[in-house]
Amino acid sequence: MSFDLATAPPRLDQAGSVRPSWRVLVRWETALVFIFVGALFFGASESPHFMTRTDVFFIGLNMGEIAIMALPLTLIVMTGEIDLSVAAMLGLSSTLLGYLYQNHWPIWLAMAAVLVIGAVGGAFNGFLVTKLGLPSIAVTIGTLALFRGIAEIVLGAKSVVNFPTKFTNIGVKPIPHTELSYSAGIFIVLAVVYGVVLHATPAGRSMIAIGLQSEAAFFAGIRVKRIKFVLYTLSGVVCAFAGILWTYRLSSSRYDNGLGLELDVVAIVLFGGVSIFGGRGSIFGVVIAVLVFGSLKEALTLMNISAQAQNIVTGGLLLISVILPNVADSLRRVRARAGLRA
Amino acid sequence: MTAMSTAPRAAMKIGRAESLLRVRELGIGIAIVIVFGLTTLKNPAFAHALSVQQLLTGASLIALLAVGETLVIITRNVDLSVGSVLGFSAYIVGDVFVHHPHTPPIVGFMVGIVVGAVFGAINGLITTFMRVPSLVVTLATLYIIRGLDAMVVNGKQIDPSSVPKAFQIVGNRTIFGVPWLAIIVAVVVAITGYAMRSFRASRDIYAIGSNPEAAALAGVPIGKRVFTAFLISGSLAGLAGALFLSEVATVDATGGTGYELLVVAAVVVGGVAIFGGSGTVLGAALGALLLNTINQSLGALKLSSFWDQAVAGGLLLAAIAFDRGLGLRIAKRMKSARGEHRVV
Repeated sequence: MSFDLATAPPRLDQAGSVRPSWRVLVRWETALVFIFVGALFFGASESPHFMTRTDVFFIGLNMGEIAIMALPLTLIVMTGEIDLSVAAMLGLSSTLLGYLYQNHWPIWLAMAAVLVIGAVGGAFNGFLVTKLGLPSIAVTIGTLALFRGIAEIVLGAKSVVNFPTKFTNIGVKPIPHTELSYSAGIFIVLAVVYGVVLHATPAGRSMIAIGLQSEAAFFAGIRVKRIKFVLYTLSGVVCAFAGILWTYRLSSSRYDNGLGLELDVVAIVLFGGVSIFGGRGSIFGVVIAVLVFGSLKEALTLMNISAQAQNIVTGGLLLISVILPNVADSLRRVRARAGLRA
Repeated sequence: MTAMSTAPRAAMKIGRAESLLRVRELGIGIAIVIVFGLTTLKNPAFAHALSVQQLLTGASLIALLAVGETLVIITRNVDLSVGSVLGFSAYIVGDVFVHHPHTPPIVGFMVGIVVGAVFGAINGLITTFMRVPSLVVTLATLYIIRGLDAMVVNGKQIDPSSVPKAFQIVGNRTIFGVPWLAIIVAVVVAITGYAMRSFRASRDIYAIGSNPEAAALAGVPIGKRVFTAFLISGSLAGLAGALFLSEVATVDATGGTGYELLVVAAVVVGGVAIFGGSGTVLGAALGALLLNTINQSLGALKLSSFWDQAVAGGLLLAAIAFDRGLGLRIAKRMKSARGEHRVV
């Protein structure tokens, strides 16, 4: 993290070299690993079915689409922006897939068309944010309503079912010889790709730089707008893809598929240690956050706690993950001030 | 959005048409009249008293929520939890009537306001004390409150028979042809609108939104003011919950779901800058009325009722794009004006 040294003047805790041994312990990702282990113990103590072979499959099944959508959102949040329209795009994609299939499009063509629509929707977000310079919060709240609204217009209260079995099988069968659902497998592959891109390529470095200091990045020759535009388009495509998976898993296409899922996606990204102000975070953290969420939700489900009530836990984790760093920050500042005085 | 504070000087060089455009309330008023007029041409029943009353009633709750939301957004924050607060408060008020059937209606409304105030205070405390972005805080409380609601409701619902008739009057009757709901909202808009123009504390709110650092240096108690904005937003959402119950007389765990989108859309369409510092509660309330007028006119034109969300989203995007364009034009003009002799 060479950027830390260069770009964190307001922080008074550059004593990292003095006490490196325990610094690694206070990294958020490390804490997450402990939380994950805690969640595993919690789940195991609550139910004998927790983390059995089929249970692992169901966790992967339940988390797959959410986890996949969290990856492009991680990059967007890294650059200091946000995309709240992810779940609406999933719903729109699911709706269109059903609508096209119902109108006798070949299924592969319908899927390709849905991905293109995803790219268009994402590019629309990107256009409004980069070319018109509008705040991404407002833009994506607007497109959240717009995408979901279009989905509602297309299918209304109807739903489309009876997709080909070879596709809907992804909702009942794991990848052969494993307990992983197909969506979880896809997530793992994508996570590796995203991790490499974010942490080991110039493009990833540029994203971090944009998040830390957008103007400085611009003057350093980074194409800030182009990168953001590409990220939004990418997010649209990936969310449309998640919509396809969602449709096949439930074997049902409805306009309200994935309603309200943006909370889970945003919560996972922030809980994974990605700073809402951009520039800080890692794909590894997000992956662990997915594991924590998946196992916690599964434990709660096994305890017969309703999905609505589970939202309390999701919301609570989201709150904790933004409050804790701030508390830690002010503690550190207090300590640093005391250190200066001495 | 510093356009407002510098407007008087720039206004001298700006054409009359454009300065009228910048009085957003007027623009929205005209838009409402146009939509209303065109729809009436196609379907004369749209102008019947009953239909107009529906326009007002349908917009009332969103307008009420939009008033509180306006205060919050002017401080550069956002409150996404209003829909959940409305639903929770509606159920609690109903629950009070179930257990104490002889509760006077006014107490019902007080209960609603108190419930809302508690949640508003929680949002405000976390945002100001913990210095956490309100977007994240209220996104979280949106779901937490909805989850609490689901636990409290536990699959039950409030039946119309348990809501006193006297309480239902407020949500359903009219006085001289004007719905009670609309009158209540108009009173709230008038009081808040006056306060936002005239009180020092409310001018502080604008100052915070325009430039937080400058406001802090000028001695504005930022935390206190932002907290108050959230408190008012929560209280109004609580009141809206009680009014919701008095209008429909039944509520389950889903009351008010998704309202936050309509509210934010109404506020932004009403000319409140999403980055704070400018806007009026009257504009926001008119924004809510415009959204509802468009929705009802789609119904009157026999278009599907599924258009609500898409229209709200589209209008929201159009409004922020429009504001941005206007802001850029003003900034450009002021830049070029600075080069010439200043004639002030």
